[in-house]
Amino acid sequence: MRSLPIAGVTGLLCVSVLAGCGGGSGSGDTGALTVTSTDTACQVSKTDLPAGKNTFKLVNNGSKVTEVYFYAPDGKIISEKENIGPGTNYEITVSLPAGDQQIVCKPGMVGDGIKQDIKVSGEVGELDPRLAKAVADYRTYIDQQIADTVDKTGQFVAKVKAGDVEGAKELYAPSRFGWESVEPVAESFGDLDPKIDAREADLTDEERENWTGWHRIEKALWVEKSTKGLDGIADQLMTDLKDLQDRVHTVDITPASMANGAKELLDEVATGKITGEEEAFSHTDLVDFKANVDGAFKVYELLKPVVQEKDAALAASLDEAFTDVFDALKKYEKDGSYVSYDTVEEGERKQLTDVVNALGEPLSKLAAVAG
Amino acid sequence: MAGGKKRFAVSRRAVLGTGLVTSAAVGAGAVGLGGHRDESHAAEGVIPFHGAHQAGIATPVQDRLHFAAFDVVTEDKARFVQLLREWTEAAEAMTKGASVGRGATNGNPLGPPDDTGEALGLPASRLTLTIGFGASLFTKFGMEDQRPAALVDLPHFPGDKLDPARSGGDLCVQACADDPQVAVHAIRNLARIGFGVVSVRWSQLGFGKTSSTTPDSQTPRNLFGFKDGTSNVPGTDEARLKQHVWAAAEDGAPWMAGGSYLVARRIRMHIETWDRTSLKEQEDIFGRTKGEGASQGGRKKEHDPVVLDAMQPGAHVRLAHPDSNGGTRILRRGYSFTDGTDGLGRLEAGLFFLAYQRDVTKGFVQVQSNLATDLLNEYIQHVGSGVYAVPPGVEKGGFWGDTLFG
Repeated sequence: MRSLPIAGVTGLLCVSVLAGCGGGSGSGDTGALTVTSTDTACQVSKTDLPAGKNTFKLVNNGSKVTEVYFYAPDGKIISEKENIGPGTNYEITVSLPAGDQQIVCKPGMVGDGIKQDIKVSGEVGELDPRLAKAVADYRTYIDQQIADTVDKTGQFVAKVKAGDVEGAKELYAPSRFGWESVEPVAESFGDLDPKIDAREADLTDEERENWTGWHRIEKALWVEKSTKGLDGIADQLMTDLKDLQDRVHTVDITPASMANGAKELLDEVATGKITGEEEAFSHTDLVDFKANVDGAFKVYELLKPVVQEKDAALAASLDEAFTDVFDALKKYEKDGSYVSYDTVEEGERKQLTDVVNALGEPLSKLAAVAG
Repeated sequence: MAGGKKRFAVSRRAVLGTGLVTSAAVGAGAVGLGGHRDESHAAEGVIPFHGAHQAGIATPVQDRLHFAAFDVVTEDKARFVQLLREWTEAAEAMTKGASVGRGATNGNPLGPPDDTGEALGLPASRLTLTIGFGASLFTKFGMEDQRPAALVDLPHFPGDKLDPARSGGDLCVQACADDPQVAVHAIRNLARIGFGVVSVRWSQLGFGKTSSTTPDSQTPRNLFGFKDGTSNVPGTDEARLKQHVWAAAEDGAPWMAGGSYLVARRIRMHIETWDRTSLKEQEDIFGRTKGEGASQGGRKKEHDPVVLDAMQPGAHVRLAHPDSNGGTRILRRGYSFTDGTDGLGRLEAGLFFLAYQRDVTKGFVQVQSNLATDLLNEYIQHVGSGVYAVPPGVEKGGFWGDTLFG
């Protein structure tokens, strides 16, 4: 559960467009391509281009501020640069899919602009086999984590429906662990996420009327101390999670989206768990915390062979920072789980924040190295 | 999942923003990797970073402050020293109005930019960054033998109500600039570079300089409405700086030669009760007139010689004056602060007092002890405190604190 809404989705969507972002893409000579925008023309230095990453220098030789758009063969915008002042230039790297498409200059930033056809051909380069393996292994991991969540939520839901408040409370946090470990992936299903994992504080009054999912049950168990009227909500949670399980294979996974997802997991910890906002009633935030970090660590482990080769210093700092976070969490282990987060004092939360920040910074550099 | 109604909307811009596009301004005459943030004013308002003394002490006081105290969170001294090098590099860039590292819009688009970007387009704004080391740093790294004798722990002064969460710190960075965004940008980027090595313990924003180190400019007023720092040590008076501000090798810690000692005090002002005080009483408390700032005793102008005997025995100026303290002087460089209001609706405001001196015992401790009977004490409370050894300036190719850690 996040407070920065779109991040989880964008990390994954980006890569479905960016077909070649795994590396080895057929990039042209950096800086060799030019798009020259004048008041009357939109000139591209070369109109036959290889698929994959291409770097363009956008030059405004006109008298008005201009924009340059890159359209895919299906007419969707791939990339754009606005506000290029007269006499100035920008450099932009765009990943072009194969096919006939257009570059459009818009002097004055109004109207349909001036179109320039381009022809893009060739295959986007093959992925490094180690990265291909990382992606395949990560898919397996996602399947396992979702299966785990479906299984444990089944047990949880059974307790809820049996009216066993205490039994249900015990199974609540474990049922969420798998979900939390692959949260950015799970969240990319925009129709399911709000039904499964919405927090009360994030809903409007109207939405609260139809609130469903884990946190709805959490509140009933811990605040109302009752399972009354939860049968339908419990069933719905199972239905939604199974729906997720059926569809999770459709998510586009690339090394870059994995790395971005790992970074987002740490963002989740830094904004939602450290503050205790995620589990407002059960205070089981540290379980989610562990699941988020586990999920990020898994990504790092899978990408590590490539990271070590490309940036050994980054690998070293990630090794150390992950160790520090896991060590910091150990302090709060209790009976195979974690202490209630409302017993963690402000000074201790500050220490947790420090180790999370120390990990979040190098982790934010992972996508640029592995992607 | 996420907060807010629009949480699942994915804007085109947001999608494109993650990894698809990089746009880099290819500016003419870019300096360093990051380049100047404001090409048209590249040379304006740049205070040189390098020199015998750190900038930000004798430098004419800028309008704004962001002061941050840090704690070291690693036991690895080598890593900390590496951070000092990284910080120095970033500080050199930012003080000349350039971006950190590869800048805010360059670099690999799949990674976050090196510079956070909010200072793009802003000139250097006379930014100075000044580092200091607290006593606890020497303990943490087992360097007690290097701790200067002049870096004393302050005694408890009557009336102190110090909040540990707003006091101390293994080190501090004072960022001063004429633009608040430039000062905040500097601390934010240093904190970011420092994650995993240091952690911000507390920080303070300041506005409205309360002291001037340039005698010919107008003396600023504090939040009590009085001119503050009338007879400060001028930043241009080499002889007085040498005598009262700069540490010397013979003081006992050779690595501090050319450095200074900083005392920072967060002084809360009881604004509401002060405002109910008659003008006569206000002037008696300070010992100067409110309008002109002239000494009591029939003086007309601010810089006319003071008549200490004409003031009340507990008048602030009388007790703080060098003549009442064996001739000692401190270089004051404080700022007003207002952090909104407190839970009782009172202005959470006061003076963030910053003073540089060659010897803390002869300087701040002497003066503050003498202020025990200050009439002003009824209207102020010291709520935060820090003392730091501020190492000498950095020569080109050197780094912050290299005389100690080099």
